[in-house]
Amino acid sequence: MNSLAESGKWEKFFWPVLASAVFLALWHYSVVWTDTKVFPSPLAVEKGIAELSRKGILWAYIGDSLRRVALGFGAAAVVGIPLGLTLGWYPAANQVVNPVMQMLRPISPIAWIPVSIILFGVGDTTAVFLIFLAAFFPIVVACISGVSNVPSIFRRAGRNFGLTAPQLLARVVFPAALPQIIVGLRIALGIAWLVMVAAEMIAVDSGLGYLVIDSRNSGKRYDLVVAAMVMIGVIGLALDLCFRRLRNIKSVRWGFRDES
Amino acid sequence: MSLAETVNTPRSLNAKLSAQHIHMVFTRDGKSTAVLNDVSLEVGKGEFLCIVGPSGCGKSTLLSTMAGFLSPTGGEVRIDGQVVSGPDPRRIFVFQERGVFPWLTVEGNIEFGLFKLPRAERQRRIAHYVKMVGLGGFEKAYPAELSGGMKQRLEVARALAVNPDMLLLDEPFGALDSITRMIMRGELLRIWEAERNTIIFVTHDIDEAVQLADRVAVMSGRPAKIQQIVDIDIPHPRDISAPRYLELRNGILEQIGLAHKI
Repeated sequence: MNSLAESGKWEKFFWPVLASAVFLALWHYSVVWTDTKVFPSPLAVEKGIAELSRKGILWAYIGDSLRRVALGFGAAAVVGIPLGLTLGWYPAANQVVNPVMQMLRPISPIAWIPVSIILFGVGDTTAVFLIFLAAFFPIVVACISGVSNVPSIFRRAGRNFGLTAPQLLARVVFPAALPQIIVGLRIALGIAWLVMVAAEMIAVDSGLGYLVIDSRNSGKRYDLVVAAMVMIGVIGLALDLCFRRLRNIKSVRWGFRDES
Repeated sequence: MSLAETVNTPRSLNAKLSAQHIHMVFTRDGKSTAVLNDVSLEVGKGEFLCIVGPSGCGKSTLLSTMAGFLSPTGGEVRIDGQVVSGPDPRRIFVFQERGVFPWLTVEGNIEFGLFKLPRAERQRRIAHYVKMVGLGGFEKAYPAELSGGMKQRLEVARALAVNPDMLLLDEPFGALDSITRMIMRGELLRIWEAERNTIIFVTHDIDEAVQLADRVAVMSGRPAKIQQIVDIDIPHPRDISAPRYLELRNGILEQIGLAHKI
């Protein structure tokens, strides 16, 4: 296909749909040809999803997972955005906090499981806390770099019009940094969704992560394991697509000029 | 006219702006660079003054000290007799068009500095200055949807809307193509004749300076001094092929040390 030619509307859908069909076919025939008794075929997974839906587990678990991610991610945004803006605004404070943060940042939230169980016990709070940790650092880092990347010309213009420091932060620095903050939030949500699975495997007895581990442990139902995986993938994609739409808001659109 | 005369004679006793013995030394990595060396300058009320000089000579630094963004390492800038100690909405600095806020519409940008005014007055000024700079019909447009010249006009409108008595323009038309630049010069003169703000206009374009200014201050290379101040005694609109125009322009070129021919 000529890359310069503008692809038609049908082509936009045709190739991805074809690729998905090829993937499903490969999966299906791999199961058939290898004659595996463990790994489910796409049809078995589809039946698994239907079974979960019939039992009412599916929607309840999706709801639980979404609720935990919303709480953990929401708390990370509520704490992380003001903190990141403050640290970006006061480079001196950032210099003090930065070493500790850079040290904590590469620690996988999974490694926090024992500590958070000591702190919060086995239960919802631990799962939410782990998700919070996962989302917190990317948000703070995005806010810090967003603020420090605000061109000095904008700050000068703001000060020139007589803005006080809080006004400057609210009316110039925050809107100027917003595109980068949105990018950080989107990355953070992706990581939060990843960590949700691990957190639910360990700490709680509901949710999609729990469904994965529970289906394996209670009767080796691999059709349900893969069904849960598929749901995790589909919902993760849907969340990301929703977040992508934020960049179409006119007051942040300017920050995404170079991307398609 | 001897140099000493032109540099040291104050133009008027009640100058709008007076910069006295401005020194500016930047220190970076333990190395200090003198950028401005004893610059003194007076600007009258309602005057249009251009500052020209080779690029990197410190023109913008001088303008930034006048705006209050930088404090000079020696000397002081006084405006209406008061020492400048920080930025102030009475004197607005206009950057190249990069200074408009991309997250605000045309209206939003013009309204930016009007937050202390009642709503009706804000609306009146937005309407007035949108019209003055010829952005009618683009009130709801974002800067990304505007051309370079339109963004520049928007920034001038945003500055004028707060009713400053002084505009400090830092190579405002430098990023525009030459046709748009010519048009913008005419627009700026039209606006200046209507509003009569004091304008200090930094440019590296000698023609631009001679076309616009009442007086042109010529700066030397770094560390910069004022080499000469040239009165442009031609009334507007100026004929840019008239002998007097060419004479003044060539005089400045010679002052900077450039030959008449390329």
